[in-house]
Amino acid sequence: MILEYVIAALLVIAGFFGLVGSFGLLKLPDQMTRLHAPTKATTLGVGGVLIASMLYFFGVEDALSFHELMITLFLFLAAPITAFFIARVQLRNHVAERDLPKPERAGTRWAGHLGQDRSSD
Amino acid sequence: MLSKLFPHPLLTLVLTAVWVMLVNVLTLNAVVFGLILGTIVPLVTAAYWPDRPKLRNPLGIIGYILIVLWDICVANVQVALIILFKRNADLQSAFITVPLELRRPEAITLLAGTITMTPGTVSADLAEDGNSLLVHCLHAPDPAGTVHDIKSRYERRLKEIFE
Repeated sequence: MILEYVIAALLVIAGFFGLVGSFGLLKLPDQMTRLHAPTKATTLGVGGVLIASMLYFFGVEDALSFHELMITLFLFLAAPITAFFIARVQLRNHVAERDLPKPERAGTRWAGHLGQDRSSD
Repeated sequence: MLSKLFPHPLLTLVLTAVWVMLVNVLTLNAVVFGLILGTIVPLVTAAYWPDRPKLRNPLGIIGYILIVLWDICVANVQVALIILFKRNADLQSAFITVPLELRRPEAITLLAGTITMTPGTVSADLAEDGNSLLVHCLHAPDPAGTVHDIKSRYERRLKEIFE
């Protein structure tokens, strides 16, 4: 009984964060800030559903389910890498090198801008 | 002989565990097939990790995962609040340079991933010499403080684990 309330609460929280993440995609002003919404707000959205699912199968159906752990693992591997790719393409194609802060060691460049002429943008 | 058959015992264990969890039943059948995969995959991929890191402090990983999980929950709430209640005009998003002390590619990858998953930051690029990380902040009124947080909270712990 209590378990069902906990599962329901988790689903509502997860839905809320999923909604906020998607709303952020629409609302935030540019490509780089928009990246923040799906990499974070959505993690808790998906995470909440997965915890609810584990609790349901463990408490109500009496079966231990590991798939949720696997989904979490693969999500944590995939989300940062995808975000990194999107950010890098955005920087290379739409952000001038002089608008970025310099790398720590003088004379070095950001890897994403290598092969591009410094003066061309 | 044994080290030739299992060049990467930890990877063998992880692959076996992942396979059993994917099948979702703990039977001898699943464990044996998982072990077969866990033997073949490290042998086939051995060429791709010529000098893999020796973990100096493997137990530190558990503490690190717990801290990151907690920070992810906090990050979600913070980002949700910014999305819902901050006007776009008030957002102070900025690029910052994080100088790296970590040298191991595996450790830098973990740090970059952690930065992306945690409060208001996304790692965007790496310097050509691997000495600094370019990070984008959603809302950073105090960029120097953000750099300090990243270094003291995550990089220091990763350094203890890997180097």
